Amino acid sequence: MSKKKTTVVSGFVVAIVLLLLNVLVALRIIDEYTSQVLTIAGINVIIALGLNLISGFTGQLALGHAGFMAVGAYTTAALMMKLNIHVFPAIIGGALMAAIFGFLIGLPTLRLRGDYLAIVTLGFGEIIRVVMINLPDLTGGPAGLKGIPTYTTNFFWRPVVSFALVYFVLAFVVVLLSNLLRSSHGKAIISIREDEIAANAMGINVFYYKIFSFTVSAFIGGLGGALYAPFFGYLSPNMFNFQKSVEFLIIVVLGGMGNLTGTVLAGIGLTYLQEVLRFLKDYRLVIYPLILIVVMIFQPSGIMGLFGNREFSLATLINKLNSERPTQEKSSDKAGEVQ
Amino acid sequence: MTVLKTENISIQFGGLMAVSGLNLDIKEGELVGLIGPNGAGKTTIFNMLTGVYKPTNGRIMIKDRKDEVQDIRKLHPYQITALGMARTFQNIRLFKDLTVLDNVRIANHLNVEYNTLDAVLRLPKYYQEEERIEEQSMELLKIFNIEAKSGELAKNLPYGEQRKLEIVRALATKPHILLLDEPAAGMNPQETQELMDLIEYIKERFALTILLIEHDMKLVMGICQRIYVLDYGRTIARGTPAEIANNPLVIKAYLGKEMENDA
Amino acid sequence: MDFLQQFCQQTLNGLSLGSIYALLALGYTMVYGIIKLINFAHGDILMVGAFVSYFVLKQWGITPVTLMLSFLPAMLFCLTLGVTMEKLCYKPLRNQPRINSLITAIGVSFLLENGARVLPMIGPNPRVFPTLPVVNYNWFGLVSISQVQILVFVVAIFLMLVLNYIVSFTKIGKAMRAVSFDKGASALMGINVDRVISFTFVLGSSLAAAAGILFASAYPQIEPYMGIMPGMKAFIAAVLGGIGSIPGAVLGGLILGVAETLTKGFLSSQLSDAIAFGLLILILVVKPSGLLGKPMGEKV
Repeated sequence: MSKKKTTVVSGFVVAIVLLLLNVLVALRIIDEYTSQVLTIAGINVIIALGLNLISGFTGQLALGHAGFMAVGAYTTAALMMKLNIHVFPAIIGGALMAAIFGFLIGLPTLRLRGDYLAIVTLGFGEIIRVVMINLPDLTGGPAGLKGIPTYTTNFFWRPVVSFALVYFVLAFVVVLLSNLLRSSHGKAIISIREDEIAANAMGINVFYYKIFSFTVSAFIGGLGGALYAPFFGYLSPNMFNFQKSVEFLIIVVLGGMGNLTGTVLAGIGLTYLQEVLRFLKDYRLVIYPLILIVVMIFQPSGIMGLFGNREFSLATLINKLNSERPTQEKSSDKAGEVQ
Repeated sequence: MTVLKTENISIQFGGLMAVSGLNLDIKEGELVGLIGPNGAGKTTIFNMLTGVYKPTNGRIMIKDRKDEVQDIRKLHPYQITALGMARTFQNIRLFKDLTVLDNVRIANHLNVEYNTLDAVLRLPKYYQEEERIEEQSMELLKIFNIEAKSGELAKNLPYGEQRKLEIVRALATKPHILLLDEPAAGMNPQETQELMDLIEYIKERFALTILLIEHDMKLVMGICQRIYVLDYGRTIARGTPAEIANNPLVIKAYLGKEMENDA
Repeated sequence: MDFLQQFCQQTLNGLSLGSIYALLALGYTMVYGIIKLINFAHGDILMVGAFVSYFVLKQWGITPVTLMLSFLPAMLFCLTLGVTMEKLCYKPLRNQPRINSLITAIGVSFLLENGARVLPMIGPNPRVFPTLPVVNYNWFGLVSISQVQILVFVVAIFLMLVLNYIVSFTKIGKAMRAVSFDKGASALMGINVDRVISFTFVLGSSLAAAAGILFASAYPQIEPYMGIMPGMKAFIAAVLGGIGSIPGAVLGGLILGVAETLTKGFLSSQLSDAIAFGLLILILVVKPSGLLGKPMGEKV
């Protein structure tokens, strides 16, 4: 099969799987609680994918993705509530606003050594919370923002629409990121993580690609937050604390830095685990940092490191199943997911 | 025709004058050697030429791909590479965790003709370009006889092949001036001989001007047309290999030391 | 209160707060200077120090003497904690990409905070740190200084002098400077790099413990997350002064403290946290190497 044909077939497979899942949610075979957990998991995965782009692939640690999530969520809510804008353009608006913040933070910081991004994004995440608390007109202040219009008021369709939208966006983000990362532009980004000086000497504008990667990362973080606002219908500044930023980091680290498949698996797994472990209360809070430390010391490449850092690739799978016609396709594609 | 020229460049680290008053003048198609004892400032010169360090004073001019003279003193490394001057690193700076092929593909970055949108949406241009880049990369790997290892991670190559990959990667940026920083370091005499032949071959094939830092005197004397000798950041001699070999200053400063070390 | 009076008062308050930041910033700057790691858990050592002193004072009752004595167990406990942390969590990662140790440091920081939260003896709720009755001394009718502030100044200056002595004149101090200059060469010169790194954590953690007691005396409410903000600000102070530079950390701490209290006094108390990050961005744009730091280029 030609590369293009494989791409088309992969697209169909993804669409069918998504549709099937939605039918299951609509028929309540996946019950409402589970679909809600899965929707939150989807949002977490989206934001973690954004974080993985800057931290896992570009090698620059960012610690403020809860902040971008907050910017996306509050902007979307404000656009819907104050300006009566429709939910879809409002979501795009939220993500764009986060991207602008990302760009402005990246500009002074990304010229410098990588460590500074960590501390500046950490500070950003904290300050954005203070700002939210002090803008009660827009954000409802410390009490939170109630009454955000949800995707639909119909109780039957509400979980279905949220679920469908989040997983559609998730698939979209995965495809775009994996396409980007396998292209020459994506390789340029990865080469920065590998060796900044050598990348520069190979003609790669390191600063440009860092800014690009961080802005896209902030956009995706904002997108996650934007999807969250009309799903949950309520926002409070304390939802977006440092703890939350670190949760995204744990997803990335556990899945494997620089691996999209791992982020998807770890994001869904950890969100589910969080629900299962609710009975542990505060003790859960001790488990997360232990995961970080143990993974970093004993398995720094995360769970996907156990599988040679490969990405799950539908194209490869399809080509394997389509074995009657031998193909030229490389089966060991290093950075590819759904083609 | 001069393609690379430095006018009186110097650089100071703290109180130390690492290179002072260097005047290089390298003509098109030349293969020039830069030699000197450890710490003489050779790699520092490369770092200044490629924009990693900014010289404290002096000017650096190169002829770019369009034969226009450019002052490159204030440019970033990637801009200098774009003008057509590429380098290798003495202490091997490959993208270790990427495949050999990816290492070369990344170095093709400047020649990629599709934009991010083409890549993300997988437009036809993307496929055409990627195919072309892969072909060209494989061709370069073939010249250095490492094409069979294109799928391996760079860090898993033996040392000699890592050095070769450094050169392939630099070539992939399509330079007309190539700076090689101790390309034969750590190689045995047979490998060194092979490499010398390869360097001469690529010089002809890609119409390169080469500036080469090397410790191995045999290699330098064997293939360089002209040689600059440095000691403590100063140029103490310049000339043909024969002139250098008979220069008493060089023998005292460089060869003498080498012999003591060897003994 | 007229402007001048308030200005002087806030500056004094700022210098006192800044001295605490400075003590904490010293730990950041020394650790960064030697292993190029932002030790995110450093702020949490402050919290641990405050709690150790709290338990000691609960036992002995609060008097000026017991307060001074409580520095000893707090510093001992924290330096043990610091060294353990280094040996268990950071040392195994020393040869890996720096981002890995940064992430581990975040893990350690969270472990300390959340660990304190679930420990029954500490728990999530704030506790009141025992304090001496407040006595204020008036200086020329211009400013009033409390005995807590005097304590802060005396302890901070004493500890900085001790640190200066250790770093400048002792053998291990010289080794520290050598290692921060060039780790590889120091090892070749026969310096036990591992020991120097551990010793750096010993110094940093003891100073953080002292900072914790001073901080708790000045703001007598202690809880597991109390170290986060001072920790971040102290790091900013270290960057401001020039990371890796010991006098820079002190200068940065004082500037940050004064900037913060002046903002609180004249602008708004909500902004006082934001001002620190504003300063950070400003210094990163204008002079990334910090006020007293030297520009560091990577070796190629």
